[in-house]
Amino acid sequence: MAVHEGVHGIGESIKRVEDARFIRGKGTYVDDIVLPGMLHMFLLRSPVAHARLVSINADAALALPGVVAVVTGKDLEAHNLAWMPTLSGDTQAVLATDKVRFQGQEVAAVIAESPYVAQDALELIEVEYDPLPVLVDPARSLEAGAPVIRDDKEDQSSNHVYHWESGDKDATERAFAQADVVVNLRTHYPRSHPAPMETCGIVADVNPATGKATLYMTSQAPHAHRTLFAIVAGLPEQNIRIKTPDIGGGFGNKVPIYPGYVVATAASLLIGRPVKWVESRQENLISTGFARDYHMQGELALNRDGKMLGLRVKLLSDQGAFYADAQPSKFRAGLFHIVTGSYDLPAAHVVADGAYTNKAPGGVAYRCSFRVTEASYLIERLVQTAAYELGIDPADLRLKNFIQPEQFPYRSATGFEYDSGDYPAAMNLALEKVSYRDLRREQEEMRAQGRLIGIGLASFTEVVGAGHGKDYDIAGIKMFDSAELRVHPTGKAILKIGVQTQGQGHETTFAQIVASELGIPSEDVLVQYGDTDNVPYGLGTYASRSTPTAGAATSVISRKLRAKAKKIAAHLLETSEEDIEWETGRFFVRGAPDRAVTIQDTAFAAYTNMPDGMEAGLEGVHYYDPPNMTFPFGTYAVVVEIDRGTGEWKVLRMVAVDDCGVRINPMIVEGQIHGGLTEGFATAAMQQIAFDEDGNCLGANFTDYLIPTAWETPDFETFATVTPSPHHPIGAKGVGESATVGSPAAYVNAVIDALAHAGVRNIDMPVTSAKVWEALSQAGLAE
Amino acid sequence: MEITVTVNGAQQTADVEPRTLLVHFIRETLRLTGTHVGCDTTSCGACTVLLDGTPIKSCTMLAVQANGRSVTTVEGLVTNGSLHPLQEGFKEEHGLQCGFCTPGMMLVSAALLEDNPDPTESDVRWAISGNMCRCTGYQNIVKAVLWAAEKGRTESADASQAS
Amino acid sequence: MFPSAFEYSAPDSLDQALAVLAERGDEAKVLAGGQSLIPLLKLRFAAPAMLVDVNRVPGLNGVAEEGDLIAVGALERHNGLARSDLLKTTLPLMTSAAPLVADPLVRNLGTIGGSLAHADPAGDWGSVMLALEAQFVLQSARGERVVGASDFFVDTFTTVLEPTEIVTKVRIPRPRGSSGGTYLKLERKVGDFATVGTAVQLELDNGTIRRAGIGLTAVGSRNIKATEAEASLVGAEPTEAAFAEAADLASRAAEPSSDLRGSAEYKRGVVRTFVRRGLAQSLAAARGDD
Repeated sequence: MAVHEGVHGIGESIKRVEDARFIRGKGTYVDDIVLPGMLHMFLLRSPVAHARLVSINADAALALPGVVAVVTGKDLEAHNLAWMPTLSGDTQAVLATDKVRFQGQEVAAVIAESPYVAQDALELIEVEYDPLPVLVDPARSLEAGAPVIRDDKEDQSSNHVYHWESGDKDATERAFAQADVVVNLRTHYPRSHPAPMETCGIVADVNPATGKATLYMTSQAPHAHRTLFAIVAGLPEQNIRIKTPDIGGGFGNKVPIYPGYVVATAASLLIGRPVKWVESRQENLISTGFARDYHMQGELALNRDGKMLGLRVKLLSDQGAFYADAQPSKFRAGLFHIVTGSYDLPAAHVVADGAYTNKAPGGVAYRCSFRVTEASYLIERLVQTAAYELGIDPADLRLKNFIQPEQFPYRSATGFEYDSGDYPAAMNLALEKVSYRDLRREQEEMRAQGRLIGIGLASFTEVVGAGHGKDYDIAGIKMFDSAELRVHPTGKAILKIGVQTQGQGHETTFAQIVASELGIPSEDVLVQYGDTDNVPYGLGTYASRSTPTAGAATSVISRKLRAKAKKIAAHLLETSEEDIEWETGRFFVRGAPDRAVTIQDTAFAAYTNMPDGMEAGLEGVHYYDPPNMTFPFGTYAVVVEIDRGTGEWKVLRMVAVDDCGVRINPMIVEGQIHGGLTEGFATAAMQQIAFDEDGNCLGANFTDYLIPTAWETPDFETFATVTPSPHHPIGAKGVGESATVGSPAAYVNAVIDALAHAGVRNIDMPVTSAKVWEALSQAGLAE
Repeated sequence: MEITVTVNGAQQTADVEPRTLLVHFIRETLRLTGTHVGCDTTSCGACTVLLDGTPIKSCTMLAVQANGRSVTTVEGLVTNGSLHPLQEGFKEEHGLQCGFCTPGMMLVSAALLEDNPDPTESDVRWAISGNMCRCTGYQNIVKAVLWAAEKGRTESADASQAS
Repeated sequence: MFPSAFEYSAPDSLDQALAVLAERGDEAKVLAGGQSLIPLLKLRFAAPAMLVDVNRVPGLNGVAEEGDLIAVGALERHNGLARSDLLKTTLPLMTSAAPLVADPLVRNLGTIGGSLAHADPAGDWGSVMLALEAQFVLQSARGERVVGASDFFVDTFTTVLEPTEIVTKVRIPRPRGSSGGTYLKLERKVGDFATVGTAVQLELDNGTIRRAGIGLTAVGSRNIKATEAEASLVGAEPTEAAFAEAADLASRAAEPSSDLRGSAEYKRGVVRTFVRRGLAQSLAAARGDD
């Protein structure tokens, strides 16, 4: 067989395989699935934030034609299903039994023949609540005498959830004692929500004859969910099959297990028919895993010449009513302790406490890399503040303190070992592309004309690829990931991976890895995922882990198959293995390049002409335990102008330099960055889930929780540097969350930079036009 | 109430409750699931279809209002087995990631290009400002539409040369 | 997401529509564009027993001159108004406002009549009509009455419209001499309701201001006509100082609430800024007329 020219492997911006169905409207999302006899489930939710659940009367609902069942917490209690474990070792109510603890909490479920009837039935259920005092401020939650929200837990006598520390307290104190200057920043990273365009849902199909449960679910981690379902619901794990259809965006929203999934499955089991539950947008925003809500106090100790000596952080996390962060179990505050960022900080100490409030549970979501968004925001805002306090240019202050390339691998003051990085290169490229020094001059000139321009920088280092089994597990399951590769006789291949795309293009990019490693053109490699009966166990896709873990597994298994293929090639070429050389797609005899066989030839032979004693086939599975995390990084530069009459700010330029190591498909990498820069813009400019004193959620729909449109969203200029990860088989690091991690501070720094000359140092996000106007007015800069 | 709607060129007759939303008629009665539901406040545009060629949010119209009228959904973009230039453009320019907003984006853009075959970037951003996307940041969507516009202009230039 | 059940009527004449309303008006809602009503039905904030769909009623469309007036059919869609050449030349305040209502998709269905009848204080058209001193033609089975914009809006979502009536037409006095008008809207994103909106109309007579109209959006329990600000400009020279004073008066006529969009003080500040800018832009346009 002839060698294929061009395998379209790593580094090529090939067009996406998955597009074929989406552009035709032929994607299959959960709500598109219709099964014979399928019923529709709607959830009744609490209108109040904290109350005793006195009584539920569903008689009128049950009497409505078309209503098949109403399920309450009491019903679930009989099956030990009223409560379920969370991914953070807490428990969460599936359907309320004693109390409701946040507005929107699940109270009852109606199962009916049609969604219109189910909605009608919901209105007929009568629930009596006995209101209790509401806590919406985590600081107030921790005050002595505050009502205990989690009185369901025996050992819980307050609203304190956890205490966690990282770093060296003494060394940090010494550093602060020596410092010339201590810069302070107190900031609240507001509660927001990942809000993917598709909400969460499930079609639960428990076959009454076989007991097999097929769950079509919006799940970013199908295997982990299967195991948890088996444990929680007591269903035999081999009888649970989770199939993720196409997922319309995840961003961490589809990592937790939600009550709706559990109730739908229980309902299908009890009724013997498939049950569909697809939540509304309001339900999505009011009850599913929110993001952020960290109250942070940061202090940076420096010398007068700008050298950083130490960092101290105290943070209070608003956990909502149940501690349900989707994060590796050993970390109470995720990977927040990456907070020393890109800087050579010899000493750091982080103290974190979590508190319960009467709000929805969650916290780790929205492309945060397990709280790296919060950490990166804090350090980049602190560094910017320090620049103003010291009178040093913000770019120069960063350059002065960067970890230098020769310092890698770099052990941080909080115990991370950064794999590789070249922070000055990324910064200098960003400064060049945005014409930074010229801009500084223009800024001054324009200020003289009464125009307010600001330049904001952020040089982030983030940490992804969870992770090494010793340190990283989700609910006890180590965070390896997997790839199973099988090459067919005709030289085509099928790759099955344990990660779960929600738009990241795995069907294309993972085939590219196989193409580069094995020389099989990527279009000949079918990628499968999301069916727990058929793909190897994996921990799913979130926290930018797919490329670092399953991507590595794919590379490793490809190389294993190549090693076997080499033996077959030697057999076919009638020479010894030591004489065989490889170039992409073919094996040849050293010194006689025309004596060659293609990878396809060896595949065919694996079934038809094996060497004596060799097992048939060309396939294998690898479970990859990453030796370390990977550390993507970059520098973002944002230029804004502020309207002095209204406080509105407009992004004039957004320059993004990202380094995610080797880039498998630059087009797809760029797409990920565009998306993250937009979500970062949204976070900085307009997003928050706010609550009033009574715990009413003020961000439970898209008219209050704002998603920017194409009109507000700026144009992005993206650039790359490439610093491969030394420990990853193909040197790739992962990139899905770099932009949400790094950009909010860049936008905010730009706005502050426009006002810093008048003494303004901080505006908390969302940096609304109203807040800017207040700052302008106070600084005497308003029109 | 019995209604007859021409959907993607074919007449569809069905008996619906007056309260049935057009999007549910399309998705559930006609089983055309390329039109999506993304919100409950008429905010997101994932449900966009063309009503007599005009882009509207099908979640905010009753099916009975479409009686006697024509609707184009994403499934109607392919003509004679060929992809619409917009469908090609979205693939060429990586204008989609999860695909959920894509049908709406393509349909509103199709209407734009009918009206204005040579839009600026600003025209495109304005035209799609009723459609939300979380994945792409819009930049490649704009490029996709401009790609399709260029292709459309080239094709009609060729066609008029040929005639 | 799923409305309650209702009866549905789609009359194909105005008489029929009015007859249905005469009989069932108390429990019926009129369906025009549906872009305000249907969202309410979906969230079950409204559950009328009957919907009267007036989209098939002829004669409710059109933008035309009627002597000294410009007549706009109540069923005109926002996008249609945005593209009207007649409005562009005679009432540019309207073509300035139309593209800013909601978003491009909603503008294809939403109607000016429906928007005015809905009377959301954050609705844009109400302020425009107040600034233009428009008149609304209300019809019922019993006949017709004409109500001036200033008398039409009573309170939040409340107008003088009876359940048996519909708005059929909006009549706007055609500006005399050179004129200009501008709608400015501060919104957090396209499709958001206004944080603040200002409708400004200026008509000049030999260089001095003959008439000024100022309507304010989203800064009160209903759209506000800044009458003191308007009065301060009548007969005055269109100077920066006059505009600044009018802007100040307008900001004091506003009664905004503090909320997540901003404090009351902020919103007054934006009113001041927008009215000043609106007046300057309208003046430039009016002078361009000469």
